[in-house]
Amino acid sequence: MDNLIDIKGVTHAYRTKSGPLPVLDDLNISVPEGEFAAVVGPSGCGKSTLTRLIAGLMKPDRGEVWLHGERVTGPRKTVGMAFQNPVLLEWRTILQNVILPLEIVAPGMPRRDREARALHLLEMVGLKGFEHKRPSELSGGMRQRASLCRAIVHKPDVLIMDEPFGALDAFTREDLWQTMRDLRAAEPFTCVLITHDLRESVFLGDQVFVLSGRPARTQAVLDVTLSADRTLDILFEPAAQDMLHYLRDQIRIAQGRDGETH
Amino acid sequence: MDMLRKIAVPIAAVLIFLCLWEALVWVNQWPNYKMASPSDLPPAFWKFRHLFLEMGWQTLWRTVLGLGIAVLVGTGIGVLMGFSRIARDALYPLLVGFNAIPKATLVPVIALLFVGQHDFNTVLMAFLISFFPIAVSVGIGLSTLEPEYRDILRSLGASRMTIFWKIALPKTLPEFFGALKVSVTLAFIGTNLVEIVSPHGRGLGALFKSGETNGDYPLMFAVLIALAALGILLYYAVLVLERIFAGWAERPSG
Ligand SMILES: Nc1ncnc2c1ncn2[C@@H]1O[C@H](COP(=O)(O)OP(=O)(O)O)[C@@H](O)[C@H]1O
Ligand SMILES: [Mg+2]
Repeated sequence: MDNLIDIKGVTHAYRTKSGPLPVLDDLNISVPEGEFAAVVGPSGCGKSTLTRLIAGLMKPDRGEVWLHGERVTGPRKTVGMAFQNPVLLEWRTILQNVILPLEIVAPGMPRRDREARALHLLEMVGLKGFEHKRPSELSGGMRQRASLCRAIVHKPDVLIMDEPFGALDAFTREDLWQTMRDLRAAEPFTCVLITHDLRESVFLGDQVFVLSGRPARTQAVLDVTLSADRTLDILFEPAAQDMLHYLRDQIRIAQGRDGETH
Repeated sequence: MDMLRKIAVPIAAVLIFLCLWEALVWVNQWPNYKMASPSDLPPAFWKFRHLFLEMGWQTLWRTVLGLGIAVLVGTGIGVLMGFSRIARDALYPLLVGFNAIPKATLVPVIALLFVGQHDFNTVLMAFLISFFPIAVSVGIGLSTLEPEYRDILRSLGASRMTIFWKIALPKTLPEFFGALKVSVTLAFIGTNLVEIVSPHGRGLGALFKSGETNGDYPLMFAVLIALAALGILLYYAVLVLERIFAGWAERPSG
């Protein structure tokens, strides 16, 4: 099968006042079409930098990023992004917020079709009835749901998420995992999820990439051998527990090498 | 009940204030050339009603025009400073230095530069005195835009212009209107400054000065009241615009 995302030998350093700060070091990640890649690693190791490289928001010093057999040289319309901060626009209703990418990507699309598409997604994530509310009228979890809808409203083939559930409480987070799982079943997209929650990476991922401490390299890759229609209970089964232990050990090694050593 | 309180309380406060003022003048037996009392004002208004209308209009249009130019130029400078570090580093000291000059000192400079151009000088002054808060607020609003806000559109290949219109500009509107409330008052001060100081000026400021020249104290106080009314009118006009364009920024009360 073809890889949708190919990150080949990517090396990057930020130029800072105190000299270059190497962030990524010969990083290799491949994600087949339709697969879900979870990326974990010590904080500050370069995970957000990785998402910006895949999205074409910046160029790596060395190495190549390929999407769909094309070299990434800049932003492309087939990418969707979601962040820890839902960044909804307060002057727009939830519905108008979800429509926003369509205004850029498909300016000719009739308004009725845009709204129908957005409403369909909002209903899938359980936000039916909230489409005319302002973002500040919603809870944190609901805002993140709306942010997810916005990220996939234009049917991107890659969804990039940078710790999207990091600011939510544990129960809301688990709710959103299930929403994410259902969305994936309904809408095909390839996904890169940055997370610091190992259970999240096992529940949602087909593969989990463990990055080393800064500068990040691919330290370990775990194939998640759980059935596609997972329920939360699966996390308590021995197979999942073994994977979590393995990942926990890998993170410990990653932190030891460099990581946040203050 | 709520409505009653909202309207009745301010009116009562104004009435009490007027009564105290009247009583103060009456108790001290101040003559008219020392201090006018509220009861002197309606006759003064009536006597000069045509002048009040004409001069009030002069003051109003020049203030609004000066403020309008300040909005355009101030927003332009703010956009430059918000998007370009170099522009920010270059313009900031100039702006701060200019803002530090007490604007009253500019009146004779402008009067000498553009002799006899009374309308032009007045509008220029209203503009000069009021663009600074707008420039600074727009500049800060744009430069503190969180990168994620830009990235949601930039990652789709949106142009800088699109990002500006769809995200950056609306997001700075609350700060912009905060500054505009300060600027409208400043522009009003600028207009009056020139009107009062210019030898053959027009506008409410000039009317105030003619009252002074003729020792007509009731007229002077009547002008002050008219100025206050016009100032309030301008301020509330900005509030209404804010409601319309940045009403979303208001936290729902309750
Ligand atoms: N624009 C930038 N300029 C300089 N240093 C940066 C920049 N962005 C991130 N960094 C630094 O690079 C490192 C990796 O950042 P990031 O990719 O955000 O890490 P992570 O998301 O894994 O926490 C951090 O030490 C961070 O301080
Ligand atoms: Mg990060």
